[in-house]
Amino acid sequence: MFKIVDKEYFSEKVVRLEVEAPMIAKARKPGNFVIVRVGEGGERIPLTIADADERRGTITLVVQAVGHSTELICALEVGEELTDVVGPLGHPTRIEKYGTVVCCGGGVGVAPLLPIIKAMKEAGNRVISVLAARSKGLIILEEQVAQYSDEVIIMTDDGSYGTKGLVTAGVEAVIRREHVDMVVTIGPAIMMKFVAQLTKKYEVPTLCSLNTIMVDGTGMCGACRVSVDGKTRFVCVDGPEFDAHKVDFDQMLMRMRAYN
Amino acid sequence: MKEELTSRDAQWRAELRNAIPARERTAIPRAQMPELDPAYRIHNNEEVQQGLSHEQALVEASRCLDCPDPGCVQGCPVNINIPAFIKNIQRGATADAARVLRLTSALPAVCGRVCPQERQCESRCIYTRMKKPAVAIGWLERFAADHGGDDGENSAGAIKTAPKNGIKIAVAGSGPAGLSFAGAMAALGYDVTVYEALHEIGGVLKYGIPEFRLPNSIVDKEIDSLRRAGVTFLRDVVVGKTISYNDLLAQGFRGIFVASGAGLPRFMGIPGENLNGIMSSNEYLTRVNLMGAGRPGHDTPVRRGHRVAVIGGGNTAMDSVRTALRMGAEKAFIVYRRGQAEMPARAEEIHHARQEGVEFLTLHNPVEYRGDERGNVTSMMVQRMELGEPDASGRRSPVPVPGDIREIPVDQVIVSVGVSPNPLIPNNIPGLEVSKRGTIVVNEQMQSSLPIIFAGGDIVRGGATVILAMGDGRSAASRMHAWLTSNHE
Repeated sequence: MFKIVDKEYFSEKVVRLEVEAPMIAKARKPGNFVIVRVGEGGERIPLTIADADERRGTITLVVQAVGHSTELICALEVGEELTDVVGPLGHPTRIEKYGTVVCCGGGVGVAPLLPIIKAMKEAGNRVISVLAARSKGLIILEEQVAQYSDEVIIMTDDGSYGTKGLVTAGVEAVIRREHVDMVVTIGPAIMMKFVAQLTKKYEVPTLCSLNTIMVDGTGMCGACRVSVDGKTRFVCVDGPEFDAHKVDFDQMLMRMRAYN
Repeated sequence: MKEELTSRDAQWRAELRNAIPARERTAIPRAQMPELDPAYRIHNNEEVQQGLSHEQALVEASRCLDCPDPGCVQGCPVNINIPAFIKNIQRGATADAARVLRLTSALPAVCGRVCPQERQCESRCIYTRMKKPAVAIGWLERFAADHGGDDGENSAGAIKTAPKNGIKIAVAGSGPAGLSFAGAMAALGYDVTVYEALHEIGGVLKYGIPEFRLPNSIVDKEIDSLRRAGVTFLRDVVVGKTISYNDLLAQGFRGIFVASGAGLPRFMGIPGENLNGIMSSNEYLTRVNLMGAGRPGHDTPVRRGHRVAVIGGGNTAMDSVRTALRMGAEKAFIVYRRGQAEMPARAEEIHHARQEGVEFLTLHNPVEYRGDERGNVTSMMVQRMELGEPDASGRRSPVPVPGDIREIPVDQVIVSVGVSPNPLIPNNIPGLEVSKRGTIVVNEQMQSSLPIIFAGGDIVRGGATVILAMGDGRSAASRMHAWLTSNHE
């Protein structure tokens, strides 16, 4: 039922899959995620929807092989199927005309950021996208991001492409240069933590999208809980997006290690 | 046919009543349920209670006095005709006994296992007034459901369906309320589609109640008989998310039953509660029961604690603590803020837990968790409590004993202090009236503020039992049927 109709390698460990899921393709909005399972003994893992084509009845997922289940997903070929895909889950991103929006993504975090970039642009915002990765080969979706951005800034740790430095350096340069109304950040928790620290200093409202451990993804288990503004919230039904200045990233990082 | 099975005046019933004098009947001791040995069963997931043998069932059925005004029926939330099914067992017509059960219960094999009979039917049995143990109604129900036919096309378990009327009905959720509703509507001839958010059908019967108390094969049998009655099950669909209310209307559904359950676990909000190793009973049981964590060929991980504390005194707490033992815990114990008498769990579950070596720390309440530098829980601070004045529930409420706090080492904590209604449907159907507690508001007809939507089970009750959810499913079906026939004909 959830057949893979297209597959592309962004890098050795990062693939883009286009998956048949007509109901989800029709219902999803930027910011939503799905829970995916491969095989009858498979885990349920959350993946943010990178794109959807309602006419073709497909959704796009970008997956990085980081463990057993993501390796299984990445190994699937065109014509094969995901056992289960359920969604769209989570609250969609609040898209409105903020003014100037900086969208910063790290690694595969750029994939779920893309529909938000697109929607923010379509809502009339000036969009500046900051894409970051360890090296040139790991920068993904640059062309698509550029299509909907007024400016694209590339940051690499090793300087093999764009400017050498962390994502925060790129974001800070923009904030110092011009007025920014909103920052959206998606990427590894540690990256979002430092982006949040930076933008808090400059008092720029910042939205982050969290990708915690989940089981059901529908509010049932609480594995995904995080502290936001001192209160326990469930990423699956209360998020996945939160005010980045209020998220306890240290606790989130600790909880991400629960099974490592 | 039905009359012959259920009428107290049927000749065979009268003969059975006269066959044995009441004094002889009441002298028969209550059956002993055959159970797996605790030392054996804590190393596996096999069903603890093995079920009554034929001989035991016949003897137990003969204990029933077939009262003219049976209290047990009043004690049953769905008013099963208890003497009728028991007397059918006694006359050797087990398939007929199962037929009688099916008249009012969609899931007798489930209810025979998980209903709190000691608080319902059995508490009203005439034997209790004679200070004798009640007739084992629950065990007999299970016996009839398990042995009353193989659920084949023409057997006792098959659902008799009226001619198809072509009217499409949607159900959100495949737990006990959704399944019983689906069965009742299919029997009335409706074209029923059940949407389930998870990848398995059965709701709490699958993800919540462990295999050692309710084997999945039993639940699957019930689901198969619904499939044969024409019910369509669609997994991986979240009503309100994957498919909207308007989508359902556009697809021609003329009635929607929301039975999405009370899926949101509560936490206590005490310091350290988000440390690793502390999880809700929903998470723990879902990992083990639904995802198969810890079994070969299953990828989902689960912590195997050595010293496991389970917070709470309900059935879910007992299920969790007994699961922890089976997952290899050296010490698994219940921490409960009131006394054992106040525990909401079934007496049977508490008894089984004790037999298996579960320890009970009653009149204690956790106030803080402490962890190591890696964020793993290592101990809990517990506050000793004493019972004060009765609260709104009639139970004496626990009050902290000032200064009496101590530290107990633990490496896993399972929080089982209740659930809230799942917010997905209430939040995603515009115009649906929802209470402050998050439950769907319905009138006496079980109809919501959107007339096409009926609701029942825990999404309305906010956390109750399988039998009440099942009863809601059946009532909602007859009410929706009445509404559809008055409204649309």
